[in-house]
Amino acid sequence: MKQEVIIAGFGGQGVIKAGVLLATAAMVEKKHCTHFPSYGAEMRGGTANCSVIVSTSEIASPIVTNPDTVIAMNEPSFDKFQPKVKKGGLLIYNSSLISKKPNRNDIEILAVPANEIAEGLGTPKSANMVVIGAYVAKARPVTLKNIKSSLPKVFPGKEKFLAVNKNALDKGTELV
Amino acid sequence: MQKIFKKPQSMTKIPMRYCPGCGHAIVHRLIAEVIDEFDIKERTIGIAPVGCAVFLDEYLNCDMIQVAHGRCPAAATGMKRVRPDVIVFSYQGDGDLAAIGTAETIHAATRGENFTVIFINNAIYGMTGGQQAPTTMPKQKTTTSVYGRDPKIHGYPIKVCEMLSALDGPVYLERVALNKAANVLRAKRALKKAFRIQLDGLGFSLVEILSPCPTGWGLTPRKACEYVDEKMISYYPLGVYKDLTQKKPT
Amino acid sequence: MNKRKRLSPKSSKPKRSMLKTKYKTGERMLMKGNEALAEGAVRAGCRFFAGYPITPQNEIPEYLSWRLFEVGGTFIQAESEISAINMLFGASAVGARVMTSSSGCGISLKQEGISYMTAAELPCFYASVVRGGPGLGNISPAQSDYFQSTRGGAQGDYRVICLAPNSVQEMGNFPKLAYDLADKYRNPAMVLADGLLGQMMEPMGFTFDFIDVDKLPPKDYILTGCKNRKRRIINTLRMDSDRLEKFNWKLYEKYKRIKENEVRYEERYTDDADIIIVAYGTAARVSIDTLVRGREEGIKIGLIRPITLWPFPRKIINELASRVENFLVVEMSIGQLIEDVQLAVEGKAKIHFHGRPGGNVPTGEEVLKAVKQALK
Repeated sequence: MKQEVIIAGFGGQGVIKAGVLLATAAMVEKKHCTHFPSYGAEMRGGTANCSVIVSTSEIASPIVTNPDTVIAMNEPSFDKFQPKVKKGGLLIYNSSLISKKPNRNDIEILAVPANEIAEGLGTPKSANMVVIGAYVAKARPVTLKNIKSSLPKVFPGKEKFLAVNKNALDKGTELV
Repeated sequence: MQKIFKKPQSMTKIPMRYCPGCGHAIVHRLIAEVIDEFDIKERTIGIAPVGCAVFLDEYLNCDMIQVAHGRCPAAATGMKRVRPDVIVFSYQGDGDLAAIGTAETIHAATRGENFTVIFINNAIYGMTGGQQAPTTMPKQKTTTSVYGRDPKIHGYPIKVCEMLSALDGPVYLERVALNKAANVLRAKRALKKAFRIQLDGLGFSLVEILSPCPTGWGLTPRKACEYVDEKMISYYPLGVYKDLTQKKPT
Repeated sequence: MNKRKRLSPKSSKPKRSMLKTKYKTGERMLMKGNEALAEGAVRAGCRFFAGYPITPQNEIPEYLSWRLFEVGGTFIQAESEISAINMLFGASAVGARVMTSSSGCGISLKQEGISYMTAAELPCFYASVVRGGPGLGNISPAQSDYFQSTRGGAQGDYRVICLAPNSVQEMGNFPKLAYDLADKYRNPAMVLADGLLGQMMEPMGFTFDFIDVDKLPPKDYILTGCKNRKRRIINTLRMDSDRLEKFNWKLYEKYKRIKENEVRYEERYTDDADIIIVAYGTAARVSIDTLVRGREEGIKIGLIRPITLWPFPRKIINELASRVENFLVVEMSIGQLIEDVQLAVEGKAKIHFHGRPGGNVPTGEEVLKAVKQALK
């Protein structure tokens, strides 16, 4: 088993942290994993993405060029990474912020109104958890249980958001 | 017969090889006397510079280290931060302290590192053959400013005590000279005070010493002392430029 | 004279009660390469760091700025790289396990100080997290500072022990090895990484226990003040040419011992290989992908990954060159490692080259193409 995913969005949307959560859950499952971040020159509002690989065997390079899955949180990321999804792969996009329609017909596509769902839960910042929930339910790189158990490790000292984040993850899984 | 003048214990038996009339030998002896008087030979580390005084470690009888040109204050910082209880002094010439190592000097001073800098200002590069120093005075002739230093061409010299006194970090800055006996005694008092400040853990101290370089200046030893008196002191006034120990504790 | 409150920076002597081990030995954690390196250094006894910020290694000083404080060490953000390395010179001379880190441009400035440390026979550890060059270059991962790291660059006949990790696991555990080698041979030792190894996260665990610096073997050459002993002098000026020649031969003997005893490398599938890839660090990781893909297609690829770039694993490459016809050097530069491979192969085999300079990382696929091209 080897799953490669690129999670991309604005700086501040929590895409890097979402990737760290995924990698941590993989580590908990004793799988091999790598997380490689890429930032724009700007600290906030610029583009940010990370590549995460989860595998049952040794991972060579952490750089992902043609991922099995792309999670696009905003339109520039959607434009940039949609063409890179592997044939037969998966594109999850944040339909709250992306009005364009995907033009690939050789991949599976899942539209997630992540911001609307997160706002519905009262915490707009948990949009990243919604998409991770959807991704885990769809592609099963790790179990949802291990994602949830990894939350305190990835967000230490933010226990008050634990329930909210778990909620957001569940909402994401329900979409699949 | 009572012995009233002897070699300080902190000096080795090696005869100094400095030119006749050179100020280095006097300052070396003053340092040794101060180390003896505070009885700190066994906890002192001296830093020798690049320049004529690179052989300082042969003459002083304590732990010694020689550091890359201009970097004594950086090395001293490393030593004091790791071993706050040792007494560290750096011995630096004008090229070392005010040209290649200006950044190290200013930043160690502004960080308020607790060591003592002994700055030999002879307005010339003695060891390499009398080239222009950052402290060479206007009109002073050197082998790289043969018609005399022209500020329009060579820029102005750096006045170290004045410059550092603008910083918050230093505790004590004084300029002294070696041209006559009374001034040599003042120089020793300044050195002693600088070491005292370090012993008390108060912070950065620097003593600038106007020192004759008869060979570099092309003068006899006696004329060199007169040159300090007539030319240098008027350009580099003696005195205390900063002394936080005089203020009441806050 | 009035007694004033202490105006100078406070004592930074480690206090036993302040030691914090933080992680259990063997505990698996997801860590960033740069942070693993920094924690690994503290764990291995680093108590003095001086450096100057430069991307892509900034996580190292940022981490150490608070972490060293926790263990009673000293962190100084110096005014320049030149000052930083000379602070290390002083701190090492009085006995601390010292460290600095930078990228190529900063290492250039530190090299004079490193030469001085080899001349003074003072141990020190530094990390170079390479970015694209020359000049200001860019901040992407590169391997263009191989010569800078393995050949020195400052004055004199000197060498630096150079370790090249290719995972976060090794980033975290090599500082201990570097400190041990540096102390053993009284010579600087370094870790050569790149932006990718510094920035990536992977599960890792420390393989050694938190070291109590008070229990490290005493050093009989450091300066502490000459109480109850003869005074010590550290001086790198040796005016008499016979004396300097003698010292250089001493270095020669020392470097010979290092070459005999400290070569480290990783060997994969070399037994039946038709072609051997030689690569280190990130390029070696990429090449593992190539190896797996190639073997699936029936191409017998082997891999030699030098872990010590100096001393270079010359002997094994030379031996393999007697029976393997083709070597492919993969590196993220226009060809630096290849010169060491050429020296090791001694003309006995064909040496091919696949380079990606400028901050680009090759893919396993493109290296496989280069393998196929080489075997044509």
